[in-house]
Amino acid sequence: MDLIFVNLIDGLVTGLLLFILSAGLTLIFSMMGVLNFAHASFYMLGAYFAYSISLYLGFWMGLLIAPVIVGVLGALVERHGLRRVHQYGHVPELIFTFGLALLIEELVQFVWGKNQVPYNAPENLDFVAFSIVGNSIPAYKVFMIFISVGIFLGILYVLTKTRIGMIIQASLNYPKTVEALGHNVPLVFMGVFGVGTALAGVAGVIAGPVLSTFPGMAVVLGSIVFVTIVIGGLGSLGGALVASLIIGWLTTFAKAYNVRMEDILIGLGFEKPQPIWDSAWRDLWTLTSPQIADILPYLLMVLILVFRPYGLFGKRDA
Amino acid sequence: MRKTTRFGVAATLAVALSATASFAETIKIAFIDPLSGPFASTGSNGLSQFQFAAETLVNAEGGVLDGQMFEVVGFDNKISPKESLIQLQVAIDQGIRFITQGNSSGVANALTDAINKHNRRNPDSQVLFLNYSAVDPALTNDKCNFWHFRFDANADIKMDALTDVIAADESIEKIYIIGQDYSFGKAVSVAANRFLGEKRPDIEIVGDELHPISKVKDFTPYARKIMSSEADAVITGNWGADMVNLGKGILENGFDGPIYTYYAAGSGITAALGEDGKGKIRLISEGQLNPPVSDRAIAYAEAFKAKYPDGNLDQTRITNTIEMLAKAINEAGTATDMVAIATALEGMEHENLWGGKVMMRPQDHQLIQDMHIQVHTDDGIIFDHDNSGFGTVVEYTVTMAAMDSDTTCKMRRP
Repeated sequence: MDLIFVNLIDGLVTGLLLFILSAGLTLIFSMMGVLNFAHASFYMLGAYFAYSISLYLGFWMGLLIAPVIVGVLGALVERHGLRRVHQYGHVPELIFTFGLALLIEELVQFVWGKNQVPYNAPENLDFVAFSIVGNSIPAYKVFMIFISVGIFLGILYVLTKTRIGMIIQASLNYPKTVEALGHNVPLVFMGVFGVGTALAGVAGVIAGPVLSTFPGMAVVLGSIVFVTIVIGGLGSLGGALVASLIIGWLTTFAKAYNVRMEDILIGLGFEKPQPIWDSAWRDLWTLTSPQIADILPYLLMVLILVFRPYGLFGKRDA
Repeated sequence: MRKTTRFGVAATLAVALSATASFAETIKIAFIDPLSGPFASTGSNGLSQFQFAAETLVNAEGGVLDGQMFEVVGFDNKISPKESLIQLQVAIDQGIRFITQGNSSGVANALTDAINKHNRRNPDSQVLFLNYSAVDPALTNDKCNFWHFRFDANADIKMDALTDVIAADESIEKIYIIGQDYSFGKAVSVAANRFLGEKRPDIEIVGDELHPISKVKDFTPYARKIMSSEADAVITGNWGADMVNLGKGILENGFDGPIYTYYAAGSGITAALGEDGKGKIRLISEGQLNPPVSDRAIAYAEAFKAKYPDGNLDQTRITNTIEMLAKAINEAGTATDMVAIATALEGMEHENLWGGKVMMRPQDHQLIQDMHIQVHTDDGIIFDHDNSGFGTVVEYTVTMAAMDSDTTCKMRRP
């Protein structure tokens, strides 16, 4: 039973991390209609910048500076890249971000090499916060939880309580009207893109020490971020949060408990074919949940797309 | 990597256009392994070691036959069997007759089948498969063929040596086995169960599971399970980023028993595990860096570090692969007749640069060599990995491991 609590915490950490990443992406997508394939690459850049900065100025300066650099880079990409491509339609935009993702990966390998870099948690967080029946929860994970929740509250406040947030929300749904009212919508787009990528940068800075910093880190997380925003509903911040947490807990619990397909099938009244290794259904019968944990979110996405195409909290019709 | 391929194609065209005479000067070896993606570091490190071995051990000594030089050409297979077959075809089309690959037994299984077929159908352009690292036992058992040679010890041989050490440790009563979900991960699990059952039937296997290869972002849930199973030791065949993250996850969770691994060294793994893994991470491998075995080994390692300051000599079997190929070509007196070269390789005995003798067993083309249990530490390290000050020191050696082990290989010779 105690392990459930540990897994809840682990799932929360994974989920909240996913949320910081998907929050920026879902905003960008709903505003500009651009599926930013390079989003996870900005996450990777965040981790690498923070690593380089941490060598000279320590982890905390990395946490402050790296996301700003990533955000500025993101804004520049929007201003000088995406905006030019925008006039040719969505497909060139897609291809542009896809190419950008490949370019960033090559660039990272060129500058920092193909090996994993030793980017570690700061020493003043390198202790065990508390432990539950022999399972230690590092202080760093507690720190991750706090910073993610802080970011969520921050975005929520800006979007719902401030003037900028109102303009952003209005540009989401009625860009032409907002423009007619005298607001600089392209500037809003650039800002949102910059902030979205900066959020990805923050995720990279805090995830780098835990999920390791290597040139493949963007690929590993890239697709799951899209799954998150599709499940949550495009453009919905709350949806992104709920979907992230669902995915975090789903994968954690699937890994932590050995749910065997055999038990499920027998429970459903099927009979186990004997001998199992000659059966055509062998692979299905011998499946266990840890084996498929990381593809469960994709399964969930397919189900969501079938039964609720606009996602859990999406407002628009698909 | 696309660039490499394009360069390769361009180079071949250029050579073909200029003069056919110079074409015979170099003997090319196609290195088909991941040079991009999550396992890029493992692949590109292997490529540097191959290129260095070819330059130092063959080319600097005057090449083979009448002065022909070795050239190792990298082909990026993105760790995908499908992509590997395409790259194999590209290599063969470029006239390359020696194929080497190591990362992932899934890829090796696909390559060995394809090469076997190719050689049957194209007796004029047969190729040799020098497997330097894929250790699925099937490759030298049920799936063996005349063209495949394995220079690493297979998973069974390694597990045999590893379980000798585990069996001698009375404090180990519970063991957790975890690995990547593909042929090699399964082979490790099967071998561990078998050998532990034979040598220490009292040991309880408290966990035996597979996780998707290169898809797991966070190993914490697995680490929690290992902790709560109260295992005294962990056995894993993980490599690349999967090894780093599993190791970090387990160590961060406060596990303090030994973690027996196959590949937890170099490619950023040593640096990442660092102080946390000291005295806990053990690995079973061939080749001994610390303490160095000879002046020649020291000179080689120093020269490698001078040329590749960021590189790692973590796959010492590569020197055997290159040296034995050169020897076989010289013995056969040809670089184009694969049957003669393969025959020369069969049963070949060789002085290992890293100590001891090795022998290519003729029945199944499995190299028989010394196995070492090494421990991850920073004490007594002369040649470290990842410039981290940490490296591996040999604790225990099995000479000519599994020399008389059984094989189910029924080789069809041409």
